[in-house]
Amino acid sequence: MNFSHFCNTRNRFSRRSVVFTVASMGLALRLPAMEPKAARIRGNDRGKSLITLWLSGGPSQLETWDPHPGTSIGGPTRDISTAIGGVRIAEHFPLVAGLLDRFSIIRSLVSKEGDHERGTHLLKTGYRPDPTLMHPSLGAIVAHGIPSESLEIPSFITLGSDNFPSTGGYLGAALDPYRVFVPGLSGQNLVANVDAIRQQRRLDALDRMTHSFEQGRMESVRRTLHSHTLKEALTLMSSEQLGAFSTAEEPSAVREAYGDNPFGRGCLVARRLVETGVRSIEVSLSGFDTHANNFDGHASQAAILDPALATLVGELEQRDLLNSTVLLVIGEFGRTPSINPLAGRDHWPHGFSCLVAGSGFVRGKVIGSTDPEGIQKMPVDPVNVADLAATVLDRLGIDFSHEVTTPVGRPMKLSEGFPVKSLCFDS
Amino acid sequence: MLGAFMKYRSLRCRVLPLVAIVLVASMLAAASRSPIHVDTPAVSQEAIASIRQSADRVDQLLLHRWTEKGIEPAAIADDSTVLRRIWMSLAGTVPSLEEIRRFESDREPDRLDRWLDALLHDRRSSEYLAKRLARSFIGNEGGQFIVFRRDRFTSWLSEQLHLRTPYDRVVREMVATQGLWTGEPAVNFVTQAAVDGRIDENKLAGRVSRAMLGQRIDCAQCHNHPFASYTQSQFEGLAACFAQARLSPVGVEDDPRRVLTLDIPATSGATSIKADRDSPAMMSSLHRAVAPGVPFGREWMPTEGTSRENLAGWITHPVNRRFERAVANRAWGIAFGRPWHEPVDDLPNPLESPSESDLLDLLGADFRAHHCDYSRLLAVICSTRAFRLASTHPGLESADSVDRIENAWAVFPLTRLLPDQMIGAMVQAGVLETIDRHSHLFTRTVRFFREIDFVREYGDAEEGQGGNQPATIPQALVRMNGKLSRELIGANAFTSSGRISSMSHDDHSRIETVFLVCLTRRPTAAEEEAILPLFTESLGKNRSLAVEDLFWTLTNSPEFCWNH
Repeated sequence: MNFSHFCNTRNRFSRRSVVFTVASMGLALRLPAMEPKAARIRGNDRGKSLITLWLSGGPSQLETWDPHPGTSIGGPTRDISTAIGGVRIAEHFPLVAGLLDRFSIIRSLVSKEGDHERGTHLLKTGYRPDPTLMHPSLGAIVAHGIPSESLEIPSFITLGSDNFPSTGGYLGAALDPYRVFVPGLSGQNLVANVDAIRQQRRLDALDRMTHSFEQGRMESVRRTLHSHTLKEALTLMSSEQLGAFSTAEEPSAVREAYGDNPFGRGCLVARRLVETGVRSIEVSLSGFDTHANNFDGHASQAAILDPALATLVGELEQRDLLNSTVLLVIGEFGRTPSINPLAGRDHWPHGFSCLVAGSGFVRGKVIGSTDPEGIQKMPVDPVNVADLAATVLDRLGIDFSHEVTTPVGRPMKLSEGFPVKSLCFDS
Repeated sequence: MLGAFMKYRSLRCRVLPLVAIVLVASMLAAASRSPIHVDTPAVSQEAIASIRQSADRVDQLLLHRWTEKGIEPAAIADDSTVLRRIWMSLAGTVPSLEEIRRFESDREPDRLDRWLDALLHDRRSSEYLAKRLARSFIGNEGGQFIVFRRDRFTSWLSEQLHLRTPYDRVVREMVATQGLWTGEPAVNFVTQAAVDGRIDENKLAGRVSRAMLGQRIDCAQCHNHPFASYTQSQFEGLAACFAQARLSPVGVEDDPRRVLTLDIPATSGATSIKADRDSPAMMSSLHRAVAPGVPFGREWMPTEGTSRENLAGWITHPVNRRFERAVANRAWGIAFGRPWHEPVDDLPNPLESPSESDLLDLLGADFRAHHCDYSRLLAVICSTRAFRLASTHPGLESADSVDRIENAWAVFPLTRLLPDQMIGAMVQAGVLETIDRHSHLFTRTVRFFREIDFVREYGDAEEGQGGNQPATIPQALVRMNGKLSRELIGANAFTSSGRISSMSHDDHSRIETVFLVCLTRRPTAAEEEAILPLFTESLGKNRSLAVEDLFWTLTNSPEFCWNH
């Protein structure tokens, strides 16, 4: 997991940069074909993966994992008991409540970013936005840091639309995610527009045109990696692993359990991608930016999230994948304790919640608490976002403190935080 | 008689609505055409001669370098290749078939200079250049409001470039203007930094240092700069120049009572710029006030006016060579796809006095001497011998000599098309007529929405990140199999492929025209021979499929995807 060589390339298209870029592309898209048994590996032998369920817009902690019913800030949301004794969550999540002992809850995340874009950047990368460089998202770091043997499809995949998509940042565009906007059918642009005979004819002609263009500039053209990238794309188009993008093979009962909606299908695809060996998957659900009508808004989104999340964690466990997968359920910030005149809640980066589960995380733990009356702004036992990022990387076996040299020669740690020990199983 | 009358009435009932529909449709079509008529700019021979003179000085400088290093530069590229480069660099697209035909019929020896001049007077150029420059001034961040503001800002910048407003004045307006973001578009340079109703002065200081001075002073935001001599307190002073700015119901305005106050963390000697700075009265022993300041050339800073006005005056002060050097470096990058010095916003400090052997000094001084005319600067760069060299060279056949040749600018560099250029080139190649603001509203609308979809999938590189990274696999997939590609390549009455396949009289003519449309050149004999099987193998008389295949082949070729 050596990152340092990757970015330390100031000269464009130097021989070294070409080699490293090829290597990095290879990490995201490995050859040759996957062994059938690889997908069946379970337990400690299995490479780790990260699934992030991204709740876009800023989910309210009070309507999800940290309700305060019967208080001045609680609103009409009631709470229900869960599989963790004494811990109650919002009534909208009965299915998750029954499986909550597989998770830990952080109720005291703190940040200084109350703007959607800045908050998203912080939560996805672990760093506050910095105009001097673009940080890579955790998904890109994981895809780059954990090789996936014989994976033919991209190692970092996002499912669903997101206004502020993850990127490979200074690790390079090769680590940008492969984005699937409509989950459950297939990936985008993976099927040729013409039949096999015409496609082959086109490719033959393209070979000749490439050869013609190389005359007098062979080495320069080679360094563009144009043909290499095209070849990788063609390999992807013909890979049997593409089946992981489709939910058609799944029993209808399973599809129904996840929910017949894009997010539910995305979660099902995420499980299939983990089984295939994909290292990082992000599934987006929007609709949490409830400046007005907060309570109905969260109830409707919870009706989508609850079955999808509960089925996902249940299936990961049943298939012995949960121990090798980190599951993170999070948005860019929380929402204000106070309720505005439009029955909405506004942005609140002080003391918001998330769920974590899976590889190396303790189960059934609750970290921090917020003031039930909303008077105290700072939560008890606050957790910085950078520390959460470090914890996730640490649990996935990545040296979070590893220093990478960015393309302009600036040394950057993968995370500037420290793991939250009380969340770590081996602490 | 009655029957005939009824028949006539029935016919009238059917035909009249149709006539009305056609009439309305025709009126709509006519109304939606641009009311602006094409105006061919009068080419000033005097201006072209002046540009040639400036370009000659750059040629001398580079020639001296090549001689010194013992490097033989590449041959001069043919005119069609250079025309394509000019279009790609200054308008983000390829020349249309009608432009290529007109260019070919122009036999004058100075045709490239005149066509370059004409393009720089074309709105396509100012609109494209404004988009490129806006990325450096306000980024390409998303978000609903910043999108509207960016559009407003970009339109304003495009207008200034078209009117040839002196660039130093443009920059001063960006930094110092007050008013509403709708009425005073320049003010959106400041509103880009608005977060939750407040202005982030750190972000603006970073933009000023990078986009306007070519310096990464913002690296000193949290600690002293690791390599350069900038200190944290210098960055703080620069940020404090924006402390007076605030958002109000009348837009951005300056309140002279406002000062920047900083937290002083108890645990370290370092400071962070985060504090509320509304009122000095709120300062405690844990806060300190920061006065507006600049990291060098304090004597250039005006003293009258708001701190933003003073900063604007300092940035563009005639003696502040960092400004003109940064402009020259970025303009070189726009033309060549690769700036003279990389990274584009991290230039070395200028020497004590301007050097004749320093290209940025040379171009910068020329830019100042000609009223900071940005378009003229680009014209000078595109008139240099370096810009008109071929992208082939015997030294590019060997891995050992490529860097030496390319670093000396002895060959035109291969650079990957930016998303804007890729979409611009694909859409233009998809039709035979020139797509510009005179195009039909329908064409422009289609292009607008296609661009949005395409960029969403293809990605949108930050300024300075485009040319030096290979394309990604998802990008290759979009080009090969994407919806846009399918639509543009598909043969029908409106697309190039449909019209070429039906109107050309033989396969030779079809192949030649597709090459012109996609690659701005004719095929070599060997290429035509290699391509012919597309037309002869198993396709029968239906040539449209073969033309589609050739379009696909050429638009996925490295020659199309890389500026050369």
